[in-house]
Amino acid sequence: MTRTDPISRHENRAGLFLVFPTFTLMVLLLILPTLAVFALSLTDAELGSTTFTFLGLDAYSDLLSDRNFLRAFKNTFIYVGLVSPASVILGLMLALLIEAETDARGFFRSIYFLPVVALVVAMASVWQYLMHPSFGPINLFLNIFGITSINWLGSSDNVLPALAIIGIWQGIGFNMVLFLAGLTGINRDLYAAAEMDGAKTAWSRFWVVTWPMLGPTTLFVITITVINAVKVFETVATLTQGGPAKASEVLLWSIYQEGFVFLHIGTASAMAMVFIVVLLVLLLIQTRLLEKQVHYT
Amino acid sequence: MTTASTHWMRVLRLMILGLGALLMLFPFFFMISTSFKPQSEVFSAGLSLIPQQWAIIANYSKAMTRIPMLQILANGLIVCASIVFFQILFALPCAYALAKLKFKGREFLFGLVLLGLLVPIHAISIPLYATARYAGILNTLAILVVPFTLSVFAIFLFRQFIKTIPDDLIMAARTDGLSEFAIVWRIILPNAWPSASAFAIFSVVAHWNDLYWPLISVSKMHLATPPLGLLFFRAAEAGDDYGALMAATVLITAPLVLFFLFAQKLFIEGMTMTGLKG
Repeated sequence: MTRTDPISRHENRAGLFLVFPTFTLMVLLLILPTLAVFALSLTDAELGSTTFTFLGLDAYSDLLSDRNFLRAFKNTFIYVGLVSPASVILGLMLALLIEAETDARGFFRSIYFLPVVALVVAMASVWQYLMHPSFGPINLFLNIFGITSINWLGSSDNVLPALAIIGIWQGIGFNMVLFLAGLTGINRDLYAAAEMDGAKTAWSRFWVVTWPMLGPTTLFVITITVINAVKVFETVATLTQGGPAKASEVLLWSIYQEGFVFLHIGTASAMAMVFIVVLLVLLLIQTRLLEKQVHYT
Repeated sequence: MTTASTHWMRVLRLMILGLGALLMLFPFFFMISTSFKPQSEVFSAGLSLIPQQWAIIANYSKAMTRIPMLQILANGLIVCASIVFFQILFALPCAYALAKLKFKGREFLFGLVLLGLLVPIHAISIPLYATARYAGILNTLAILVVPFTLSVFAIFLFRQFIKTIPDDLIMAARTDGLSEFAIVWRIILPNAWPSASAFAIFSVVAHWNDLYWPLISVSKMHLATPPLGLLFFRAAEAGDDYGALMAATVLITAPLVLFFLFAQKLFIEGMTMTGLKG
């Protein structure tokens, strides 16, 4: 079939027939709600009240001076900044170590993957116990080495790093299996060729072969990790509820509070639009980087 | 490189991997151990994993009775299975049409799919909630399923896969007199099984974990999914009864973890395939 073929009537009808139910569902569950969020963000609508006034972009300019929202924005980015580099780099290191292993490969792969399939809310509760300021095993363990107990989740200085530790623990295994898949895609002959060309150590072969060949995988892993970290909600809702003193207030928690606790759906919708824009920007950055990479290779 | 140095490299590698594995398992060890301990021991005892006194029955019976544990696990199973069923039911015909048929508006529809990938449930939860409230279907199992019956990610993933199925296969089916609808379910589905099962694993892990939508749309204990059920348990629990809380986390974590341990290859390949395509 070529592009110039006219669309056959039979094929056109069959195509429309097959996509019709899905398209209807897409309109109802995705397109109309997205338009509704935008429309609501231009109003002062509140849940339960039937009247509202049109405010234009007021909600957006209010957000710019809303200290809680700015705090949530900043906290989310600090959290992303703590979780992403650590879970990507550790995921890559683990994948390289496990790839080099023979007999124990499957064993270690399963252990590191285990947190990915463990219920986040449940494991957050376990971490809460592990991080308990007075009888939590982590502090008891630190005490052995003469380190004084740390107030992990209860202090505004430590709460984001503490949540980040949970996020990293949860995400490493997923990144590891993605990198393992990327590694198996690298042609073995390249390593032999690099060695002949003078890359004598494993370290130099990593930089000459592995790192450039893994480029697209690495970019995917970074994007997925960042997007998942921006969506942090479960640990915050279970353990800190934005506290102490708003120190762990993050974007999704703010949207949830504003919309479903305070019932200000106008403001919450504006926040949701900002959230969509954040995701859009992240994906545009990824696409741009991906295009660049294609040009180099 | 000498054999001796490769040998030492391996020892070093196994030590690092082993130590890392202990760190990864550390929360699981303490979760299980604490679920066996009486409250007094949780507060006083040091780092010992083995309880001096056992409180298994007390802790686990609290975990089973404070919340309707079996009902909650069953809810999770019903919700996840229904979501996956409808996602495949709606995504596969659409993906087949996008991959293999020419029809008016195909490019437009594919553009919508790509745009849809950008919009998570969190962003559109407000109008969905308002509509569900108006329709009076909050606090039902159905509302936990309905918003997720359409997965643009599934459409995208299946389209990629169906494109690799040879046209000859489809032509042969047409010659045999199969309708396009029959082709989707009798030719495409069996051939797309690897990507369908990969997607199913991915979807179950995502929805088994989701707290955001259940927290918004359901407030009745008997309708809770596992994450929400555990929040109810935590709310009902006065003080720091970590023994009972850990027993509840063990029971609620166990089903998916056990499923993973029995089908590791399926899980890891499924999550890898969907992860790299996403």
